[in-house]
Amino acid sequence: MIARMLRLGLGNVRRDLRAGELTLILVAIVTAVAALSAVSLFVDRAERALAAQGNALLAADLALESANAIPETLAAEARGLGLDVARTLSMRSVLQSGDRLQLTELKAVDGDYPLRGQVSIADAPFDTAREVSEVPAPGTLWADARLLQSLSIEVGQSVIVGATALRVDKVLVLEPDRGGDFFSIAPRAMMNLADVAATRLVMPGSRVNHRLLVAGGEKGISALRERWQHLNDRGAKILDVRDARPEVRTALERADLFLGMAALTAVIVAGVAIALAARRYAERHLDTAAIMRCLGATQATITGMLLTEMLVLASFASLAGVALGYIAQHVLAATLSGFVGDALPPPSLAAVAGAMLIGIIVLIGFALTPILSLKSVPPLRVLRRDLTPVPPRSAMVYAVALLALLGIAPWQARDVALTLYLLGGCLAAIAALALAAWLAVRVLGRLRRHVGVSWRYGLASVARRARTSSVQIVALGLGIMAMLLITLVHGDLIAGWQRKIPPGAPNQFVINIPPAEVEPLGDFLAGHRLHAGGVFPMIRGRLTAINGRPVQPSDYDDPRARRLVDREFNLSWTVGLQPDNVVTAGAWWPEAAGAPPQFSVESGIAETLGIRLGDTLSYDIVGETITAPVTSLRDVQWDSFNVNFFVIAAPGLLEQMPATYITSFHLPAAERTALNELVRRFPSVTVIDVAAVMDQVRLIMDRVNLAVRFVFLFTLLAGALVLVAALQATQDERARESALLRSLGAKRAIVARSLLAEFIVIGLVAGVLASSAAGLTAWMLAEHVFHVDYRINLWLWPIGTLAGVLGVGAFGLAGLRGALAEPPASVLRRIA
Amino acid sequence: MVEAIDTPIILADALGKTVRSPTGDLTILDDISFLIRPSEAVAVVGVSGSGKSTLLSLLAGLDTPTRGRVLLDGVDLNSLDEDGRAALRARRVGFVFQSFQLLHSMTARENVMLPLELAGSADAAAQAEAILARVGLGERTGHYPNQLSGGEQQRVAIARAFVTRPRILFADEPTGNLDGTSGALVADLLFSLRAEAGTTLVLVTHDMKLATRCERRITLSAGRMLAAP
Repeated sequence: MIARMLRLGLGNVRRDLRAGELTLILVAIVTAVAALSAVSLFVDRAERALAAQGNALLAADLALESANAIPETLAAEARGLGLDVARTLSMRSVLQSGDRLQLTELKAVDGDYPLRGQVSIADAPFDTAREVSEVPAPGTLWADARLLQSLSIEVGQSVIVGATALRVDKVLVLEPDRGGDFFSIAPRAMMNLADVAATRLVMPGSRVNHRLLVAGGEKGISALRERWQHLNDRGAKILDVRDARPEVRTALERADLFLGMAALTAVIVAGVAIALAARRYAERHLDTAAIMRCLGATQATITGMLLTEMLVLASFASLAGVALGYIAQHVLAATLSGFVGDALPPPSLAAVAGAMLIGIIVLIGFALTPILSLKSVPPLRVLRRDLTPVPPRSAMVYAVALLALLGIAPWQARDVALTLYLLGGCLAAIAALALAAWLAVRVLGRLRRHVGVSWRYGLASVARRARTSSVQIVALGLGIMAMLLITLVHGDLIAGWQRKIPPGAPNQFVINIPPAEVEPLGDFLAGHRLHAGGVFPMIRGRLTAINGRPVQPSDYDDPRARRLVDREFNLSWTVGLQPDNVVTAGAWWPEAAGAPPQFSVESGIAETLGIRLGDTLSYDIVGETITAPVTSLRDVQWDSFNVNFFVIAAPGLLEQMPATYITSFHLPAAERTALNELVRRFPSVTVIDVAAVMDQVRLIMDRVNLAVRFVFLFTLLAGALVLVAALQATQDERARESALLRSLGAKRAIVARSLLAEFIVIGLVAGVLASSAAGLTAWMLAEHVFHVDYRINLWLWPIGTLAGVLGVGAFGLAGLRGALAEPPASVLRRIA
Repeated sequence: MVEAIDTPIILADALGKTVRSPTGDLTILDDISFLIRPSEAVAVVGVSGSGKSTLLSLLAGLDTPTRGRVLLDGVDLNSLDEDGRAALRARRVGFVFQSFQLLHSMTARENVMLPLELAGSADAAAQAEAILARVGLGERTGHYPNQLSGGEQQRVAIARAFVTRPRILFADEPTGNLDGTSGALVADLLFSLRAEAGTTLVLVTHDMKLATRCERRITLSAGRMLAAP
């Protein structure tokens, strides 16, 4: 029985392929799987590439941090895995020059540092920085501008470091792993690890932070991470890119979203193409199924035969698709090679198998229901051709397709909100398109009295095939919508993202401003026409209890949570909500005076620390305990580069606490000398230059843009396939009708014109509807998923409509050109 | 084998078929009863719309009656579901249709092999080749239906119908789509093959000349039986 079904199924594959019955469905699956595998394989690689970009902030792919010296055996172990290794050692120490002393963050590095990213140095304070891949030579020191300022020395002079003296050789602008909290750091200096012994600063018991940096292949890194997790050193901490700055983390997460959107759009569009192709396949095989039923084939036999055929087809098409996708992602990886740096490991077998499995799931989800409806063709159809099987319930088709999509979507998009919005958008678009198409078909049918003969016949055809026309408009609309989403809307969304770091975004932060200097500093910035982004009080406090229960770092498993509890928070108080903050739970306090004591907490940190709305937080601020409830949670756009705080208090709660102030401003590159004047005039403030980090975020944006554009090429291809599939669905019927018209004496030109009229009408309606749906989906995505400012692009409508009319007209006529040239009798005989 | 001769191979017992139409219930067949013995050739005749094809579809189990029952080779078709009827057809029934009903994606040989493959036959190809040679198409087994003339296509259909050695053959206007010469050739083939195999033939036709080649005639008019000898 099974052997018989296999034989029948295999025979069918061979015959249907030969007869060209499977061409469309085959191309649809190959395209879908190629798109899916290219996307998933490339997204996998792109993510690793982006993570590598983020890894520059760690100066490594992975780091081990410990208060104890890290044994050489661990370094040797890393080298044994083929990884590059570097060591750093950082400590706080007092540096001296003459009678001036300054507590300094000192970092000693070996010759292999940094493994990722580069060190920026300058020849004089606030000079243009340049990136180098060297480290301070033994006997020298690189000091940042603030250290030079506070010790009153210049490049070339010496400073005393412990028991030795080092000559200041360069100004340290930025080291990649400066990381951590920008706002609590002392001046910084970098020296060679070889000089550490001479300083005699590292004694048993001294507070020193040892790091072992490693970088290299993915496999080695994950193997090492696994081993490090079982280390005996309780003080040791494993650091990876997640410990990088929140701005960059946000950028990386958003990058994930964009790539996810690209992938998911490809899945949906490919699915629609497959569904259309499957429908046509089923329609063209009604007679075959009926004859087989008549000759005694049971439903099980037909089901088994069709399943065999589908599975064989899916396997081969998926294999071809994966091969194509593999080549495609390879091309892409090559274009990004300068960005990725080291060669990435090839996509794993599991990824390839996953892509194939997705191909089969997509095929089953979109094609199985229409194709399996063939098993219930009444055998009586051999006598009465008008008999067709009860069509599968639309709800059933959609449900199976949706299930398949839902099964794949989180894997492809990884973000539940994005998945739901995109799926919801597509479903709403389908419903709206269906309704609008139905209405349009009705209205157009009435217009035909007022037009010439070709148009009259064209409009009549649209109206007569009301159901098919509507289905066609919906499918074409979805295809055009996907194309619009990926060409115009994606650009608009990226632009919205890039607008978040406008050219004038703050790139300098000034912290530690004493209350008395807030005004003079404001005047100074105004005098130099430097626009300050607002002045905020900053109060340092340690979180001691949540709901009265004391909080300890050991309460948390998450290393980030441990660190957050371990250190002091920067708290602030303010009246109004910052424009780049959105309250996600609870409510912001009223701006009128007299709001009761309360906190607003950033939602990410709330999740990390397990703080819920309504919880009571206690902070220790210079020995005093401040307790208040959490009345709102906020989403903060960290990549806006504005001054932002994890925890903000209502005015009144912290007003009496000792505070310094923080402000930010944008400094054009040409006016960097103003910084020298600023630090001279306000010696107690600290200037932090984040231009370099901003450049890093901008770089990520550019790369993501490039990556997403490539991924969308496949979606574009799938969209074109939907167009072809939708038009092919009625090709036989149109060819037969055209042949009938011609046999009744209609000239070919008139028939062609009436067909063109029909295609133009369908394309026009689909284009207009698709443009509106694309605009709406984009707006929803921008508002709820990407959180970027989206301006509706008015070009959507002219471009969408033109694409519809030209695309449908051209593809449609091209598909019927053969039938129009063929003698009518031969067409009728062929299609009968 | 007295018993085999006496037991009817087809029994129609008070058959009726009514369908719903926009203007109300429409009775297509009403109170049809007759029996057909093994190896008999019976023509069902009548004008267009008299219910001939509907009767054939009920007798062959392609459709179900509204009233009455059909016993096919002793099996009450009402007691079988669609798959059960399909299985019965696979073993005992062959068909020849007016519009040939060949599968266009299959060669002549593959079309003839199909019922054998459905029945799980081992040497389908050899049997198909043999019977195609018998109907005079031994040189054209690899041709597709659209490469064959109407008469040749119907000969492939006849080969397909006889290849499983069915006990009963239903033929629905087998010469209706053919010119006189081809029609005569096909009819000769049909009757000689049936005679060789002893197959029961139920032939639906409005061609009285063809009908007279059968042993009996059942005449239908407006869904009722006029005469059954």
